[in-house]
Amino acid sequence: MKKVYLDYAATTPVDPRVLKAMIPYFSKKFGNTMSLHSFGQNAKTATEQARQVLAKMIGASPEEIIFTSSATESNNLVLKGIASAFRQKQGQNRGHMIISTIEHPCIMESAKWLESQGVEITKLPVDKYGLVNPDDVKKAIKKNTILVSVIHASNEIGTIEPIAEIGKICKETGVYFHTDAAQSFGKIPISVKEMNIDLLTASSHKIYGPKGVALLYVREGIKITPLLHGGGQESGLRSSTVNVPAIVGFAKAAELCLKEMEKESKRLSRLRDRLIKTLLKIEGVHLNGHPQKRLSNNVNIRFDFIEGESLVIQLDLQGIACSTGSACSSMKLEPSYVLLAIGLKREEAHGSLRISLGRFTKEEDVKYFLKVLPPIIKKLREISPYGKKY
Amino acid sequence: MAKNTKNYQRLYTKKVMEIFKNPHNYGRIKNADGIGRVGNPICGDVIWLYIKVGKNKKNEEIIKDIKFETFGCVAAIATSSIITDLVKGKTIKEASTITKNKIIESLGGLPRIKYHCSVLAVDALKEAIKDYFGKVKVWAKK
Repeated sequence: MKKVYLDYAATTPVDPRVLKAMIPYFSKKFGNTMSLHSFGQNAKTATEQARQVLAKMIGASPEEIIFTSSATESNNLVLKGIASAFRQKQGQNRGHMIISTIEHPCIMESAKWLESQGVEITKLPVDKYGLVNPDDVKKAIKKNTILVSVIHASNEIGTIEPIAEIGKICKETGVYFHTDAAQSFGKIPISVKEMNIDLLTASSHKIYGPKGVALLYVREGIKITPLLHGGGQESGLRSSTVNVPAIVGFAKAAELCLKEMEKESKRLSRLRDRLIKTLLKIEGVHLNGHPQKRLSNNVNIRFDFIEGESLVIQLDLQGIACSTGSACSSMKLEPSYVLLAIGLKREEAHGSLRISLGRFTKEEDVKYFLKVLPPIIKKLREISPYGKKY
Repeated sequence: MAKNTKNYQRLYTKKVMEIFKNPHNYGRIKNADGIGRVGNPICGDVIWLYIKVGKNKKNEEIIKDIKFETFGCVAAIATSSIITDLVKGKTIKEASTITKNKIIESLGGLPRIKYHCSVLAVDALKEAIKDYFGKVKVWAKK
């Protein structure tokens, strides 16, 4: 059966060029970066070269890049590490943090935990497209605010947030600004200086690099407490034996994304827009997220009177991989909070489908999807009590 | 294909997937004798069951025909379909004794988190039977 992967926002395959770059570091160049001998020093050199490549990509210095195991770890480190450093300095005052209502669960849950530890948390609403209003950030900043964290581009609906504007406000008010760029890094240009970003999370497995490695950019001079204590790797901010092959792969993956960014972005935007245009011709289909301010690879739509898990599994039976924000597909039986945050009703969130394109998506894949989907929609609507309208 | 189905055994059994691919008795019965409309407030799934009642040779009331309409996940559609198969042709008395465990067992199991879907199907059937008896009372009065 034909297999079509349209879930690149979940994860991506490792690019063969990335894999090739990684392979020597598993066996021949296996050293520990902390060792003094040539094995160790070779591993150290490879890591530092990777750090330079990644730093350059966001306009940072290599010393400002900390390697971690995942975007989740980077985001945990930011929120908990900043809160903890502040507490060490301030004692009783636990401080205040601002996040949006459409952050990734790792920010949401870290904030929730910090709240239980006495940190004040403000969650900013978004408009119907999922956009945070920079004025809301300005209004929410208080005397004890220590951090603002807003996702660069939504993992679910692909909406690109006004990061530079929020960064400017944070700079003016002297509040640290973090952005989770797991979905945008490698897809749209990022400059931490121009956008006034103090802390930034980026991940490898979303950009055709290996899983198990990510980075955190921490602007020079920012005090942050580590989560992991030990041998003092990563300037003492992240003890653990350095995952050299993964880091080498991450840098190679980023390099390729940068080289191909403009061309790839145009190609994917064209596919995306054709997909959206064709899907919206089906009755009872709506676009979630912003029509223009969205990632070139993200399509998020909803179908009236259809439940997302049924749809995803029907598509999978035909070899197509997508994802949904339906309550039925979640472990908590709750619909996606991101879809609720943009004002959708629970039953509307029920019928949502995320299609995310990537490097290996061909025009014929999109055609196949568009051929397979309509009969599935028709059948599920025939089964649905409300579907007779169409 | 076989490989694909195998992957799903972690989430859904082969039986569930077979039924989901080709559900039985879906649609509407015009002039149904009883309709059960239930929804799950937690996940949002909705099941509507339609029954047509007849009599067997012993003059007992039986479920002559049954159809469902479901807005929901794989488990909701599969439980809707299997309950129609389980009670079609049965007496109303027999049909009333069906339990969620019977449904889960007939499907070769359901993920724990999806048990509520089987409850929903049982509730829909109970509501349809209740609706039928309510109508019978009204007819008797006339």
